[in-house]
Amino acid sequence: MGITAELFINALIAGILLGGFYAAVTVGISISFGILDIVNIAHPAFIILGSYIAYIMNVTFGIDPIVASIVVLPAFYALGAAVYELYYQSFEKHGQEALRGLAFFFGLLFITEVLLILVFGVDYRYVNSAYTDHTLHFDAFDIPLRMLIPCIVALLMVGLLLIYLARTFIGRAIMAVSQDQLALQLMGVNPVSIKRIAFGISIASASIAGALLIVIQPVEPSVGREYIGRIFAICVLGGLQSLPGMVIAAMLLGIVESITATFYGPSWAPAVSFGLLLLTLAFRPAGLLGR
Amino acid sequence: MRSPAFFLVSFAVGLVVFVLARMLDNDYLFFAGYTVLQYIVLATGWNILGGYTGYVNFGSAAFFALGAYSTVVLHKAFPMPIPVLMLVGGIVSGLVGFGMGYLTLRLRGAFFSIATLALAVVLQTLIVNWDFVGGSRGAYIIRPHHLEIFDYEIGYIQYLFFTMMVLAVLSLTVARMVERSRLGYGFATIRDDEVAAEACGVPTLKLKLIATTLCGALMGMAGAPFPYYIGYLQPSSAFGLEYAVNAIAMPMIGGATSWVGPLIGAVLLGTLQQVATVTISSAVNLLIVGLLLTGFVIIAPNGILGLFHKYFRGKTDFVGRRRIDRIGP
Amino acid sequence: MSALLNVAGVGKQFGGFIALEGIDLTVAQGERVGLIGPNGSGKSTLVNCICGTLHNEKGTVHFNGQTVDGLAAHERTHRGIARSFQLPRPFVTMSVADNLRVPLLYTVHTRSGRHLTVEEADARCHELADLVGLGDKCNKSPKDLTQIEMRKLELARAMATDPKLLIADESMAGLSDSEVGEIVNMLIKLNESGITIIMIEHIMRAVMSFSQRLVVLDSGKKIADGKPDEVIRNPEVERAYLGQ
Repeated sequence: MGITAELFINALIAGILLGGFYAAVTVGISISFGILDIVNIAHPAFIILGSYIAYIMNVTFGIDPIVASIVVLPAFYALGAAVYELYYQSFEKHGQEALRGLAFFFGLLFITEVLLILVFGVDYRYVNSAYTDHTLHFDAFDIPLRMLIPCIVALLMVGLLLIYLARTFIGRAIMAVSQDQLALQLMGVNPVSIKRIAFGISIASASIAGALLIVIQPVEPSVGREYIGRIFAICVLGGLQSLPGMVIAAMLLGIVESITATFYGPSWAPAVSFGLLLLTLAFRPAGLLGR
Repeated sequence: MRSPAFFLVSFAVGLVVFVLARMLDNDYLFFAGYTVLQYIVLATGWNILGGYTGYVNFGSAAFFALGAYSTVVLHKAFPMPIPVLMLVGGIVSGLVGFGMGYLTLRLRGAFFSIATLALAVVLQTLIVNWDFVGGSRGAYIIRPHHLEIFDYEIGYIQYLFFTMMVLAVLSLTVARMVERSRLGYGFATIRDDEVAAEACGVPTLKLKLIATTLCGALMGMAGAPFPYYIGYLQPSSAFGLEYAVNAIAMPMIGGATSWVGPLIGAVLLGTLQQVATVTISSAVNLLIVGLLLTGFVIIAPNGILGLFHKYFRGKTDFVGRRRIDRIGP
Repeated sequence: MSALLNVAGVGKQFGGFIALEGIDLTVAQGERVGLIGPNGSGKSTLVNCICGTLHNEKGTVHFNGQTVDGLAAHERTHRGIARSFQLPRPFVTMSVADNLRVPLLYTVHTRSGRHLTVEEADARCHELADLVGLGDKCNKSPKDLTQIEMRKLELARAMATDPKLLIADESMAGLSDSEVGEIVNMLIKLNESGITIIMIEHIMRAVMSFSQRLVVLDSGKKIADGKPDEVIRNPEVERAYLGQ
């Protein structure tokens, strides 16, 4: 087997692992943007916030970052519900979400990033856990646990959310809220409270995604910006409302980025996702699996 | 007032400011003033698209940087005077604005906004990887110390200030002209309801493309002299977050429905930031802008102009007769 | 009478859902046609396909002897197809008069080949507002209008495009009996001035008193087309409305 083929397969494996992680990062935006139609461009900022909280808990109490992120899930849920309430009262209720709502989330993105810079500075932070330095070797192929565990956790989280949305009453109400508010009201469900719950869940997912991020790579406050294009690219490519489509798109982007980084250098990787996003928007806005 | 008259009056005001600043003979004033003027252009450009048509451009930094890097490329090939550089930067950014619009404006508004966010990162990646313009290390542009015009010596920063002042006056004139024309009516119908606009015969796609092109062009023109101003251009400074956020915050805080709003916002916020950067850190400075932006969009939907109308004229909305100077060319 | 509008074999799908299938419809110059059908029967989709808000995948639409297939909505407006919307869609940041000025600036001038002067446009705005009885509301915000005033603005704005064909999409929903009568009279007066009108309506009393011809859609298909009192007795139409 040639050196290139080996490199290629290693890049492929790394891409799949990366893709799994991307699914965790995107699932929140799939819910808020894809299902609820709320253009929460501040989502990456919440993810970075999640990274820093996992970092603090890891450094002060020595808790595993992923466990830490699960512990703070309720807090993130509450934060999400509060942000939605503010958004609803100030913009959505008056039908002014287009211009001012977008500016609002942009402001949030910005405030979070600058606050993190003020508190933690622009140094890269990283976490220690039992698995960060281990790598599984199979012949010539390496699978670092630092990538494998986030991928597994991510897919578990997306799987659980998928079951929740398909099987529970509230889950189904969330799927219906953007399409048929009237039917929901007839069933005695308040669309606003359903949206609040869904947005809370979407921000809660950022807690776990943030922990996974800081397990995979060191984090500084502006890292989030790289993820804006990435998550929207994946979300749109996956067809907005479809979580399975989103996972496929995430894997695809992970693989393309990983191969680009391997053969052309990592500095080109960000352009891949954004380029893909622009191409998708231009030629296939309904997504890969779309009509 | 007709547009040529408005241009002349604004130019006269700018000239008075320029002369006063020269009498004080403090270069810092010119450095600070240049930044404020540059923000007037950026905010006005953003507002033609965002305020008038309701399409949010998050990629102001990208259009600004395109202008700046056009200058770097030209500087290496064959140096040209600033006004020509502005023109080139404007054309480059205007074309990119047109292209972005053409690709995404058939879709929902949110997609355009997301695409502009993406554009900034794609362009930054391209620039970082492009060695000819210095890549991630950046590029040095040696600024002449002064300029001689008819044996009359003028400091280079004063010259930069002057050209940016002319550009600011020009962009305000354009914005005002657009606002009071048939085009401005069309833009406002797009902001209110595109389907209804089409039904009234408004060619919405064409108008949106005009708006994105104008927006991109003005931002590119604002960026063109920047390498001479900063002396050493790095991708991180050309694509600075402060441009993206200020371009949005200034019109939203000043009032996005009229050309006056971005002017008020840029002068207030721009001056505030110049003062704050000297007295406190630039991070705190950006935090203030972010907080002001969020606070204003929640509390004062139509910015300072809206507050003004509410308290002095008892009007809660901007409804009333739109001014139209002249229909048609 | 020659045909002003000719819809032939028009079909439209949304994903797997067939919204319209094989619709043929001819409307003569000067005619008053009522278009009815149960909810979801495809009435609004048909209107959208005629006006260019949606594009039909199958079939063709001819207007005034020329095909309008592939033309954007605004180009069809320029050719003389005007519409009002089921839910009024005023430009909320503009006054009533300014709402009416938009079609004058963008459609009328295109057709007449020259721009109106500011004064001409102004006069025409007031004329239109007077026509629908909104003369004293010219400087008001659309947000301050009542339901019926909103409907009137919607019709006046459609009229401002100086159309050959006016499609009134449920312009009477939610109005009182006397208000319905008022709008019907207004539409009949417009028709007498030479404008062809298609009325989409749920209120049967209004449709019956307005229409010279009645067209019925059900599940995306045309099931009846003819004299109103004959159509209304058609067993298939009864079945569509009452269920089987």
